Amino acid sequence: MSAVPGALRGERRRGRVSGVLFHGFLLFSLALGIGTLVALLAQVVIKGWSNVDAVLLFEPPSADPAIAGARPAILATIYLGLLVIALTVPIGVATAIYLEEYADKDRWYNRLLEVNIQNLAAVPSIVYGLLGAAFLVRGLGLGRVLLAGAFILTLLVLPTVIIAAREGIRAVPGSIREAAYALGATRWQVVWRQVLPAATPGIATGSILALSRALGETAPLLLVGALTYVSFNPTLLGDFTALPVQIFQYIQRPQEAFKTVAAAGMVVLLVILLLLNSVAIWLRNRYQTKW
Amino acid sequence: MAEPSNTPATISEVSLEKLVQRDDRGRPSRAAQNVVFEVQNLGVSYDGSPALKDVSLEIYQNCVTAFIGPSGCGKSTFIRCFNHLNALIPGARIQGKILYHEQDLYGPGVDPVEVRKRIGMVFQKPNPFPKSIYDNVAFGPRVLGMTGDLDGRVERALQQAALWDEVGHRLKSSALSLSGGQQQRLCIARCLAVEPEVILMDEPASALDPIATTRIEDLMHELKAEYTIVVVTHNMQQAARVADMTAFFSIERGEENERSGILVEYDLTEKIFTQPSDKRTEDYVTGRFG
Amino acid sequence: MATRELSPAVPHLRAARRRWGEDVIKGVLALCAFVSVATTVGIVVALFLPAIEFFREVSIWDYLTGTEWTALFSEPQFGVLPLVGGTFLVVLFAALVCAPFGLGAAIYLSEYAHSRARAFLKPTLEILAGIPTVVYGYFALTFVTPLLQDVGFDVGTFNALSAALVMGIMLLPTVASLSEDAMSAVPRDLRHGAYALGSTRLQVSTRIVVPAAISGIIASFVLAISRAVGETMIVLIAAGGQPNLTLDPREQVQTMTAFMGATAQGDVETGSTAYKTIFAVGATLFVLTLLMNLVSIRLTRRFREVYE
Repeated sequence: MSAVPGALRGERRRGRVSGVLFHGFLLFSLALGIGTLVALLAQVVIKGWSNVDAVLLFEPPSADPAIAGARPAILATIYLGLLVIALTVPIGVATAIYLEEYADKDRWYNRLLEVNIQNLAAVPSIVYGLLGAAFLVRGLGLGRVLLAGAFILTLLVLPTVIIAAREGIRAVPGSIREAAYALGATRWQVVWRQVLPAATPGIATGSILALSRALGETAPLLLVGALTYVSFNPTLLGDFTALPVQIFQYIQRPQEAFKTVAAAGMVVLLVILLLLNSVAIWLRNRYQTKW
Repeated sequence: MAEPSNTPATISEVSLEKLVQRDDRGRPSRAAQNVVFEVQNLGVSYDGSPALKDVSLEIYQNCVTAFIGPSGCGKSTFIRCFNHLNALIPGARIQGKILYHEQDLYGPGVDPVEVRKRIGMVFQKPNPFPKSIYDNVAFGPRVLGMTGDLDGRVERALQQAALWDEVGHRLKSSALSLSGGQQQRLCIARCLAVEPEVILMDEPASALDPIATTRIEDLMHELKAEYTIVVVTHNMQQAARVADMTAFFSIERGEENERSGILVEYDLTEKIFTQPSDKRTEDYVTGRFG
Repeated sequence: MATRELSPAVPHLRAARRRWGEDVIKGVLALCAFVSVATTVGIVVALFLPAIEFFREVSIWDYLTGTEWTALFSEPQFGVLPLVGGTFLVVLFAALVCAPFGLGAAIYLSEYAHSRARAFLKPTLEILAGIPTVVYGYFALTFVTPLLQDVGFDVGTFNALSAALVMGIMLLPTVASLSEDAMSAVPRDLRHGAYALGSTRLQVSTRIVVPAAISGIIASFVLAISRAVGETMIVLIAAGGQPNLTLDPREQVQTMTAFMGATAQGDVETGSTAYKTIFAVGATLFVLTLLMNLVSIRLTRRFREVYE
């Protein structure tokens, strides 16, 4: 052993420097991401936290930053959230059930369906806004209303919900289905009584995560006509705005004080998203069936 | 030739001997014993390649019939034909016929649900639903719309499966909390709750420890008085212990060297294990190959 | 035990009545599945109908090669190159950030980190992906730009670089996550074999694992670039509102997406040529991202095939 220590150590020394440098680069990459996250959150929270008060939460926007609030926007975001969940979950889960349990995978139209969903998941969100502008606002004559915004956000996150629901359904072992079929259950009975109940935690988690993405979107709403100055509470078929859009508008105002209001709005938005994501993760950890 | 092992001579076995007449080639022929299934030249292929070729035999009522043979010989494929479970596999095709009480099981208009109502199955790995014990057993009656006292059905099924004493007081607890052997008996109870005529068992004890295995085998003895049982097993001694009739399957190589399963010999268990007619059977049961 | 009553000699194997309920259910489910098809058709129609109308008024050649974009002027010019150039500039710098550092983070998570560290770091990195883009835009405008100015970079209030840097960070988890998936699909045996020959972690990571996972890694790059191309709010807030064909990231530029976002907010007469420009640019954007996504999906499938 002592015959070659010098040579061994020498080689290690050369490799060691580049190894250390490399390791450093990797750590730096990680630090870049996490550091920026910390800086960003600090920036927003420090600037905006003090401004999260009754004014922000309960007052409408105003030309005077001191009394400018975001109430209509917050309400609209909540309404949008409820509508999006009510629309995406049934349609998304139904699509997933069709693809996983009913569709014959050899048929060309079913494979096309799958490819189509994968592509839709990657279309930029602003294109969904264009879709809304063309069809809902002009085509269907809905106009620039909250319902149109809800439809567009639904279509935007639908592929994500479908993919998450498929994962949840696929995780249910085939042996459960076999046993149910062997007892004489029909396909729908197997799906409704065994597969869906077992897949529900995964589906719920995926849907909530998709929802939190929808609530942070701005661009499609801009194109569907979310106005940036709305002072009354939103209704389904009236002019509307949403929290991200309101924040955007406050950022664009020249007065510095509005940047503070914008930051406060961002704090509220981040808190909402944080709550949603935490619920999703809690659901997943608590109810995940261990097969 | 080996003595038949501790096969208890039950009444049904002795009368089978007497009842089953043999045709002039010594094969058991259709006799006073009721025939439940008549299989005529059955073949199964998956996506074109044959898994099972030209099987013909009869399954008798209130008997335990065992399918034995090396792995890959198509026993599981065969048993799944009886309750339309092969239909769940895309690309599976059936040639030939299975008659169930003289009705073509694969005839036009036959509803798999009706078939499975009468012909139940227990699987190799216990697969209880992730629900309570009660809900597991009650699932079949519920989906089939069986009227009447559900609690009574559940209790009766659990009693028949020799599980009532152990779980009767905690029917609401999760089925997944039971031991492997208990779970398998639960799966049997679940199958019995539907009141089938036939119970198919695909290697029901292969995932269990020896004590649990013995309990399952005892159960088969008890159940055959009321049900017709068909069991696939890779364990020859198990077949010798529980089965009245035994069918030995093997693998045959075709012209293009594809492997498919064939039925080699089908007879009373005692005969298969003591005086098999076919050399391949003899080689298998004496352990010369496996 | 008395034998049970036997089934009748001729069991009824046909269903009592046809189960039409099952067919109805299948129909309803298929209808829901059709929504996604309708969405795609809708997108194509919504984009390409106005775009085709637009190209009847403006020649495609002028559109694709013109270097002046003054769509809202009284004598409009419709050369899309400044917008495409703006997108290109921002995406280029964003990629210069997210590709190497995303891959670096992925290598660290895959090859260097203990499982407990990974369990903490990976979700934390994912948080970056979940922050709304409007917040990122604000961050770029109010923090990164002044920071760059303090450090001496001579950037304007609106500039491509801040937006690009922030976008790169936002996309870092995308690259990291997908690359890490690709790397963890590489079988352990390959690494063990190399270690057994005396390789260092650096060598194993760069010479064994990364090449083995390369198609998944490139797929992640392509996906990130595709997302960068389609991203709107960061550039709308921080990169500028004047079309500007340049390669200098310190200047302000307007990307395709920013143009669409800004114009939609303004008072553009529906049906006018200026209004149709939104859709023409949108169609261009859609085609670009679609091509990139198809490439990414093909690459992802290839890396999955190799090891599964």
